[in-house]
Amino acid sequence: MSEQSVASRSTDPSDSLQTDTRKTGRLAMLQEFWRYFSENRGAVLGLWFFVFICLIAIFADFIAPHGETEQFRDALLAPPVWQDGGQWKFLLGTDAVGRDMLSRLIHGARYSLFVGCIVVSLALVVGIAIGLFSGFVGGITDTIIMRAMDIILAFPALLLALALVAILGPSLTNAMIAIAIVQQPHYVRLTRAAVMSERTKDYVTAARVSGVRALRLMFITILPNCLAPLIVQAALSFSTAILDAAALGFLGMGAQPPTPEWGTMLAEAREFILRAWWVVTLPGVAILLTVLAINLMGDGLRDALDPKLRRS
Amino acid sequence: MFFYIIRRFGLLIPTFLGVTIAAFSFIRLLPGDPVLLMAGERGLTPERHAELLHQFGFDRPLWEQFLDYFMGIFQGDLGHSLVTKKPVLEEFFALFPATFELSICAMIFATTLGISAGIYAAIRRGTWSDQAVMGTALIGYSMPIFWWGLLLIILFSGILGWTPVSGRISLFYFFPQVTGFMLIDSVLSGQKGAFTSALSHLILPTIVLGTIPLAVIARQTRSAMLEVLGEDYVRTARAKGISPFRVVGVHALRNAMIPVITTIGLQVGVLLGGAILTETIFSWPGIGKWMVDSIFRRDYPSVQGGLLLIAVIVMVVNLTVDLLYGLINPKIRHTGG
Repeated sequence: MSEQSVASRSTDPSDSLQTDTRKTGRLAMLQEFWRYFSENRGAVLGLWFFVFICLIAIFADFIAPHGETEQFRDALLAPPVWQDGGQWKFLLGTDAVGRDMLSRLIHGARYSLFVGCIVVSLALVVGIAIGLFSGFVGGITDTIIMRAMDIILAFPALLLALALVAILGPSLTNAMIAIAIVQQPHYVRLTRAAVMSERTKDYVTAARVSGVRALRLMFITILPNCLAPLIVQAALSFSTAILDAAALGFLGMGAQPPTPEWGTMLAEAREFILRAWWVVTLPGVAILLTVLAINLMGDGLRDALDPKLRRS
Repeated sequence: MFFYIIRRFGLLIPTFLGVTIAAFSFIRLLPGDPVLLMAGERGLTPERHAELLHQFGFDRPLWEQFLDYFMGIFQGDLGHSLVTKKPVLEEFFALFPATFELSICAMIFATTLGISAGIYAAIRRGTWSDQAVMGTALIGYSMPIFWWGLLLIILFSGILGWTPVSGRISLFYFFPQVTGFMLIDSVLSGQKGAFTSALSHLILPTIVLGTIPLAVIARQTRSAMLEVLGEDYVRTARAKGISPFRVVGVHALRNAMIPVITTIGLQVGVLLGGAILTETIFSWPGIGKWMVDSIFRRDYPSVQGGLLLIAVIVMVVNLTVDLLYGLINPKIRHTGG
């Protein structure tokens, strides 16, 4: 972006007559980004809610009124406080073995955010590395890598993740690995496409001619100019990762009980579906709101980072 | 156009080969000895173990095993289920109509409602109703569908008592399978109330499975419509005095549909993934539930065969969409891309 503005400044004669007041540098870019991002009220709302969930996850031990696996044998399936028979001790009621729903939901935020972070980091790092390499090297290596990505994408994501977890053994760690494997082809494709379009540009040729080595060319010269679509994809796959991990937990192939992961909680609550609405409803609400907040943010990011869509 | 089709088929071959290798590796990637895994907790004597290894051909070189497996695919042999001992292919196609029927209904639900909602939001751009439609779409897009299914069961089956909770038709009705599609078979059977029963079983799963595609299609339609509505030819059409209905419905919609059709095609993979969850919740006897059950029963030949068949279905659908895309968008066809 900064290269372009430098170029336009030197070629435009009217510019040289007056002082250029445009700011450059990191801070100004961030300010510009924030201006576009904050235009979208939904995105800002999503961001605040996401920050809220993050705080809850970080301070879960201090906020939660009870322990995540602490059982109260005298209060099995106690309803939320506003219903008949509800107790102030359990604001959102208790589950079938007398654990406080609110405390479990609060601790569950940790797992979901953790899953999102790990999956996105794994998929992003591996995907960018493969994508850069593939786009940079080209030729037969590129063809082979891209066909391999096609193969992963030929399977429905959840099914492939499920089969991978079956191979690796059901646990939250393996679920995260499986989801990351399923997601990284998207990053590979995006990075490769961006590299292909950047590779032939003048600034890359200039860098190459001045003797910049391959690794530096890949990561320092080209990569920063390909970041926008990758950031948007990261937001998207953060929410997909949370949904998929919850789905795997729900099918019994993710986090194992008594972990208070939201999907796993739903699976445990299934048999009480008609007797105790709160054990089924609340974990789902938590998943939905978290994913919704991230998607709202993702939409805002896309609008702010993608100049093509910006003023439409 | 002919060369275009040939070219697309050519691109499919390496992917298909890769998918077979992936499915083949599946059983070999499992930690431990596949024969021991199949035997489960009962254990095996060493003699029986060696015999089974030989019987399944696990003692032969890997490439020989793969060649056998690969040739088998073309003869319709995907191995036998460890649980029912029936051929995997037979099991798959016995259950496939149930998933197919559900998917078709979900797709009809998602496209009709999604495209109309998208057009509506595009026309009313920036208004309160646009925001409401798009907000709902985003909620649908963020929905954990396994929970959504449970909610609908609580409301419609539990509280209101309108719809049944699981299965494809009430146990009260029994008739032979003709097409495998319950809606058609129930009519053919001529039994009173059978069709209504089949339909009422289908409604909730259809909504659940169609929710995410519906949201995606609505969002895509809106943005495609907005792009097209800003074009010069639309302004020209308006200036000529063509009725707004015709401008939107004929001039704009046709061009806006091009990216939407791609989106719809891409939803098929999503749909088959969603079928796993939907069928599990509603005990729908289709391939999604069968895959989950097979994974839990450690019936690896079934999982292997199922993975391969589902991947092939997704690939064929993607190819069809690509060809369709070339057919409706002449730009693609002529550049040969």
